[in-house]
Amino acid sequence: MSTYRKPVSNTWWLERKPYFFFVIREFTSLFVAGYCLFLLVFIAKAGDSQDAYTTLVFSLKSPISIVLHLISFIFILYHAITWFNLTPKIMVLHLGEERIPNILIAGGVYLGWGIVSLIISWLILGG
Amino acid sequence: MATGGTYLWKRRVSVSETVELEIFRYCPEKDTTPLFKSYEVPFREDWVVLDAINYIKDEIDGTLSYRWSCRMGVCGSCGMMVNGVPKLACAAFLKDYPSGKIRVEPLQGFPVERDLIFEMDDFMNKLTEVKPYILRKEGEEKPIEEGEYLQSPAELAHYKQYTLCINCMLCYAACPIYALDSSFLGPAAIALAQRYNLDSRDQGRNQRQEVIASHEGIWECTFVGECSVVCPKNVDPAAAIQRAKVSSTLDWFKEKIIPWSKEK
Amino acid sequence: MVKSNEPVLWLLFSAGGMISAMVFPILLIITGIILPFDLAGEVTFERIHNAVKNPVVKLVLFFVISLPFFHWAHRFRFTLVDIGLKPVSFLISLLCYGSAITGTLVAAFILWRI
Repeated sequence: MSTYRKPVSNTWWLERKPYFFFVIREFTSLFVAGYCLFLLVFIAKAGDSQDAYTTLVFSLKSPISIVLHLISFIFILYHAITWFNLTPKIMVLHLGEERIPNILIAGGVYLGWGIVSLIISWLILGG
Repeated sequence: MATGGTYLWKRRVSVSETVELEIFRYCPEKDTTPLFKSYEVPFREDWVVLDAINYIKDEIDGTLSYRWSCRMGVCGSCGMMVNGVPKLACAAFLKDYPSGKIRVEPLQGFPVERDLIFEMDDFMNKLTEVKPYILRKEGEEKPIEEGEYLQSPAELAHYKQYTLCINCMLCYAACPIYALDSSFLGPAAIALAQRYNLDSRDQGRNQRQEVIASHEGIWECTFVGECSVVCPKNVDPAAAIQRAKVSSTLDWFKEKIIPWSKEK
Repeated sequence: MVKSNEPVLWLLFSAGGMISAMVFPILLIITGIILPFDLAGEVTFERIHNAVKNPVVKLVLFFVISLPFFHWAHRFRFTLVDIGLKPVSFLISLLCYGSAITGTLVAAFILWRI
């Protein structure tokens, strides 16, 4: 008597919304890598001459740069938010019998994110 | 709400209220390929998919085969795909499907024996592989005369969530990794391992690591998270797996950086 | 006992994920609009130049770039395998982690030269 195995297609992730958003979440890593490459260029120019750096910053005003930054920002923001929201699942802390509520842990991570962002802004931009 | 009624002068007149169930049928003696059969079932406010299927079996088509038992969400027998989502048939209310069409298939990821009945041998094997019992270290087994291993409520709280699994396998059906590769240990088995690993009376974590920290274990998981979403008991196997990744990583470093602390 | 390399790769992935989540959004805002359009007053070349020459900053930048590379490598490798490229999974691992290692070396080289 033979059993039946339903074949799984390579487009399984298009069949249900949660799977689709999961793959989107995973593809944010491409934008992470892309921005790493950009940062390398930026740092290389910043360590080079005034001309090299100024040329780069000027090119950041172009529509292409703005659009790429915007798209990357959206995807990397999605990465950040999904990442922070999943942190309470990994960091399970107990106080006696009670488990520290997920929202406190997530809140802590988001607060840390805000503080880190402010510190970075202050370090780079000054004032 | 599903209705078989008509509109007369803008006032809805219900003639009959039915729901259509499209059910996966596979009869290995007769068919080589499965097919879907549609059944018209009465709509009742308080009916679940299991009630509809029982009605079909009793009144329409006695050849329909499926598993069920407690009909109240504690036995884990009636897991099925309802409109593409793994659900307990006894927990899926007809009224939650306003389109009036419900597609019922056997749980994804498992070989189908007949109709809605699938082979769960792989799952049962995996449960035993993780050694789901209290393990004590050599020489630390307490003799019966000394009484029970004591445990405080706080210690119980650490693993209680993982004891709630009813082995319904909805998590395996929701996991795309398991669907693609059935060698993956899977959510319920790993959650079960964690149930013992986090139990203060247990000392067997290292023994379970052979299976848990293998390539077919936790490292195949990519934290899709759907297993926890479909779990009817809020066991949260996804979290159990990620926590196991953290502890396994710490283990790995301890082993490499402090090799003399290795214990069997 | 434990699978040989996965824990290390996962740790790199986690660290890179946390770093990119915490730090990249604000950096994107800075390099995307604040710096090009002088929205925070004039940030001189000297300021940025001296910052990247600082050895502590260089060390931080090294990790800020290298770890997210490994985050991408690990995540992208699994995604490609799940989308159907399981038969060539070894090649994918090689390409992904190889690229991350290359990126790390390039970052080290660039930072060293400044």
